[in-house]
Amino acid sequence: MKIPFSYSLRNLWTRRLTTALTIVGMALVVFVFAAVLMLAEGLQKTLVETGIYDNVVVIRKASATEVQSGVDRLQASIVDTQPEIATGADGKPLLAKELVVLITLPKRGTDKQSNVVIRGISQSSMGLRPQVKLIEGRIPKPGSSEIIAGQSIAKRFKGGGVGETLRFAMRDWTVVGVFDAGNTGFNSEIWGDVDQLMQSFRRPAYSSVIFRLRNSSEFEQVRQRIENNPRLTLEAKRETKYYRDQSEMMAKFLRILGLTLTIIFSLGAIIGAMITMYAAVANRIGEIGILRALGFRRRSILTAFVIESLLLGFLGGFIGLFFAAFLQLFTVSTLNFQTFSELAFSFSLTFGIIYKAMLFALFMGFIGGVLPAVSASRMNIVEALRAS
Amino acid sequence: MHIFKLIFRNAFRHKLRTFLTVLGVTIAILAFGLLRTVISAWYAGVEASSATRLVARNAVSLVFPLPLSYKDKIRQIEGVKGVSYGTWFGGIYIDEKNFFANYAMEPKTYLAMYPEIIIPSEQMTAFLRDRKGAVAGRKLVERFGWKIGDIVTLKGTIFPGNWDFVIRGIYRGRDNTVDETAFFFQWDYLNEALKKAGRSWADHAGWYLIEIKDPHIAADVSLRIDKTFKNSLAETLTETEKAFQLSFISMTEAIIIAIKLVSFVIIFIIMAVVANTMAMTARERIGEYAIFKTLGFRGFHIGGLIFGESIIITMIGAVFGIMLTFPVAKIFAHELSAFFPIFNVETKTIYMDLAASFVVAFVAGIFPTWRAANIRIADGLRRIG
Repeated sequence: MKIPFSYSLRNLWTRRLTTALTIVGMALVVFVFAAVLMLAEGLQKTLVETGIYDNVVVIRKASATEVQSGVDRLQASIVDTQPEIATGADGKPLLAKELVVLITLPKRGTDKQSNVVIRGISQSSMGLRPQVKLIEGRIPKPGSSEIIAGQSIAKRFKGGGVGETLRFAMRDWTVVGVFDAGNTGFNSEIWGDVDQLMQSFRRPAYSSVIFRLRNSSEFEQVRQRIENNPRLTLEAKRETKYYRDQSEMMAKFLRILGLTLTIIFSLGAIIGAMITMYAAVANRIGEIGILRALGFRRRSILTAFVIESLLLGFLGGFIGLFFAAFLQLFTVSTLNFQTFSELAFSFSLTFGIIYKAMLFALFMGFIGGVLPAVSASRMNIVEALRAS
Repeated sequence: MHIFKLIFRNAFRHKLRTFLTVLGVTIAILAFGLLRTVISAWYAGVEASSATRLVARNAVSLVFPLPLSYKDKIRQIEGVKGVSYGTWFGGIYIDEKNFFANYAMEPKTYLAMYPEIIIPSEQMTAFLRDRKGAVAGRKLVERFGWKIGDIVTLKGTIFPGNWDFVIRGIYRGRDNTVDETAFFFQWDYLNEALKKAGRSWADHAGWYLIEIKDPHIAADVSLRIDKTFKNSLAETLTETEKAFQLSFISMTEAIIIAIKLVSFVIIFIIMAVVANTMAMTARERIGEYAIFKTLGFRGFHIGGLIFGESIIITMIGAVFGIMLTFPVAKIFAHELSAFFPIFNVETKTIYMDLAASFVVAFVAGIFPTWRAANIRIADGLRRIG
């Protein structure tokens, strides 16, 4: 026969303070666990969504990022003639030769400087990135000192809003528009006309060439042609892979940090649960004796105590996740070690994370409760009855 | 005296519970200490920087160089004692995983400005004589098992191609705040190759390192340097070495804040655990406390008993935690030498450990004390178990 569920529930209620403290401890651990996973997820999402599967990025060999890369005009025009490139609505190939440089700009509010990506764009750049939408103002006119800023730049950097000017490369640049690039890394970039930017930064070469494939399956073919061409010292990557590679180090760092912290923290919480459950058992030796005398099996008693501690874990997990969900309102901006530029991303809660965090909370409850529960179920009836 | 005996006996009445609580505190203090050490490791570069060194770089950003002709112009500026220059190379050794700092610099003037970098004199002469020579830090050499005379090939990310270097020297730090994982080589070697290839970085330096006569004039000298190059093609941004290092750290501020927050969260977690133990203990002994009160002891006596017990349990845990911090930090330092070249437990961290455990002990005692002190004698005596 099974011990009713309400028995476990009421036991927790009787020792409200202890129960609450144990749950708080577990909730904090689950909170940290979920927060780290959400951060890593948000980062990955930002950088992966930045790329489009059918877009190809061509950069100089061995340069991991666009900032380090250089593609001179001759090489860029050779890439331009590849037959696999899709054609845009205007009949021209969907290909953009871009310049990417880093500059330091002061943030609003504080005067702290941070690295920002400036991207020189060609006519088709917007068309290649349908996720980028202008939400305010207009596109810069080709051949003018006009720029558009990503949403998080406009919000967080001095002179980033529409109508304001930024000074770099010995020129004043007017911000004529703000674009929203959804969850992608472009939100932390400033875009302007590529030829103007190359002139003012005195760069003779582009940084990268980006094009859309007319047929997704032809990637391997065009990659081999570009990489084997003796006139080109370039490599081609799918855009999605290019951005995933960039977030690798950061994601790994977050994962290692998160994992180490969670393991240490969970030890603390498991100990908390163990103390609670041992006390719960010790206080109820007489009760357990009576239950046994009434005919409840050892297994039922074991189950009742395990359920009690699983309940602790469940409540802790629930509360931790509840508060972690609010983290989605925050945006984190930090330096990406690999590209060396400012990158803004937000916490992102997915079902996978909820599932993992809950499982983790229950696991903590189980580990904390199983030893006390075993000792409770092993009690001798006569001795237990005598104890009270 | 008897009261101490009582506190001590009380603390170990429930052996298992006390053991678990002490274990919990040990883990928490260990984690707290390590996290704090990670933060101080983050700032290690700032701590090691000298007040008499300035760094001038391109005002646009570090990816833009400064012409070599600036060297002599900077030297003429009042207050400047010496000038040297370097370029970030950013080479990869075999795989991207094996990251370490590597840069080209003008060896004679650069090393003269860094008295904390110690190279044996015969290795120094060998390095200066060999254009392809390079000097690596002691820890870096240990990591890859290099020895003097070995050829090391780096794959350039900023400057394409494979670059061969011969290890001519191994440097040590004067004290343990010096980064011993760097790799540097002759600037001329890089420059000649760039010239041959006709690259735009030829005859350009990534940054200028400036030694000034007196740390008090740092701000004036920086202004003077920046003014000299105002409205030129490459405007400079000059700041003290410390500010230069801090500018990198401020960009990763979000991570540091997160680690700081997390280090406090662990204190909260352990607070909940210890408070739990104390609450249970006090509840079980309500009857005893009532008897104490009947005998004429006051609320503060009972409070003393509870706080004393809480402090004993926490302190035992804290002491174990602090003792463990050192060997664990040593293992960390070895494993994470790529991320954190310097990983030392500071004395400040130990004080923070102790402060944190006192706070935990105190907070954990408040609620049970309040309950025990306020309970009416008759109620206390009536309660069993």
